[in-house]
Amino acid sequence: MSRIIEFQNVSKAYGDLQVLKHLDMHVEAGEKLALIGPSGSGKTTILRILMTLETINSGHVMVEGDYLWHQKVNDELVPASEKHLRKMRENIGMVFQQFNLFPHLTAIANIEQPQILIKGVDKSDATNKARELLALVGLEEKENHYPHQLSGGQQQRVAIARALAMDPKIMLFDEVTSALDPELVEEVLNVLRLLAETSDTTMLTVTHEMNFARDFADRVLFFEKGQIVESGPPNEIFKNPKEERTRNFLRQIIGEIP
Amino acid sequence: MDQVLEYTPIIISGTITTIELTVASAIVALIIAFTVGLSRFSRFAAVRVAAVIYLEFFRGTSAIVQMFFMFYVLPLLGIHLSPLLAGIIACGFNLGSYGSEVVRGAIQAVPRTQHEAATALNYTSYQKFRYILLPQAIPVMIPTFGNLLIELLKLTAVASLITISDLTFMAQIIRVQTALTLEPFLVIMVIYFVIASCLVAITDFIAKKIAKGRNLTIRKGI
Repeated sequence: MSRIIEFQNVSKAYGDLQVLKHLDMHVEAGEKLALIGPSGSGKTTILRILMTLETINSGHVMVEGDYLWHQKVNDELVPASEKHLRKMRENIGMVFQQFNLFPHLTAIANIEQPQILIKGVDKSDATNKARELLALVGLEEKENHYPHQLSGGQQQRVAIARALAMDPKIMLFDEVTSALDPELVEEVLNVLRLLAETSDTTMLTVTHEMNFARDFADRVLFFEKGQIVESGPPNEIFKNPKEERTRNFLRQIIGEIP
Repeated sequence: MDQVLEYTPIIISGTITTIELTVASAIVALIIAFTVGLSRFSRFAAVRVAAVIYLEFFRGTSAIVQMFFMFYVLPLLGIHLSPLLAGIIACGFNLGSYGSEVVRGAIQAVPRTQHEAATALNYTSYQKFRYILLPQAIPVMIPTFGNLLIELLKLTAVASLITISDLTFMAQIIRVQTALTLEPFLVIMVIYFVIASCLVAITDFIAKKIAKGRNLTIRKGI
């Protein structure tokens, strides 16, 4: 296996608030990772840094062996240009907590437009792919609905289809069920479970749904205060955590004492 | 009143001039509004500063003075504009400055999360403006543009001061020739009101047309 993502000594602060502290972590190609931990522990920041929505203060982030936030100019490492970032973004897709569909476009147009504009795909190919993906997420009948005509769970499934249409090698899921009514959570999680089983895309998910993390992930990372406290396969982390802090967190979230 | 009716042809001619002046200035204003409004988001500081200077100058000085400047001062510099052209430019430039703030505000009102979604899909900054921000911002602009259009119609009355034969100019002529004051001004007041009502109806129609199928709340014009 090869390392598709690597954080090397990465720090990130918002003013005085240190969100990531000298973080080292890596992800193997094809790995399904669940990032868990209390709010403010830096999990979402990791996804946002990978999507180039947040910069880093120090350290290096490598994606597919190339610097994400830096580039080499005459053997010297300088901050990445927009052109470099655009190249790096080709391999990365993200699904947001608040769905962030484009409200002026129908469900199918939300999936078609980025393919046509960014990947230069023909309109008819883009439509075919959009229909395929809408079927995958169980929404083939909603293609002409505008986002406001869809439930939160449906909107989130369209957002997943939209991200998949770009064929990213890395998919980032940022608390994708946190904004949903409880009865809509499962329909979205089921799509993610299906993806985890059937796709060899590398996936990182930040989630508070521990049962889902158990099904979805090959490896679970427990974060606290911008650092990884514990990492391991779901069985280990959920059944037999080594660290007291992990145990405390799980006790609060699941309510049972592991 | 019968005396005023004799002047129907020149009132019609004045009405046409007023409408022409309004429509032509509105086109100029719209072009300026988008050019200046979008320039506020330029990556080049010089472009942003130029846009602010334009805005503050045309918003901060009197429209009548601007019009006099174009009609009386520019000829001294060797630039001769016809009265109608001077009126169109002055009205269009003036309202365009207000319009640019409408454009800027509507674009800024698009939530940050929409920018992030576009970035995550790897849109270029041009594609983001063209396909994500503007389509969401334009429906928000329409009702305010409607208000500005009515302001523009009223502003064109000032153009009579630089010899343009618009409605107000014609009313003055009738007053001078017939010694009647109430009647000509009452008539043109009604005509202005009717034109304004038509403009409101047109803007509302466009707003509804654009909002169709989307969940965009339409604020009523005026």
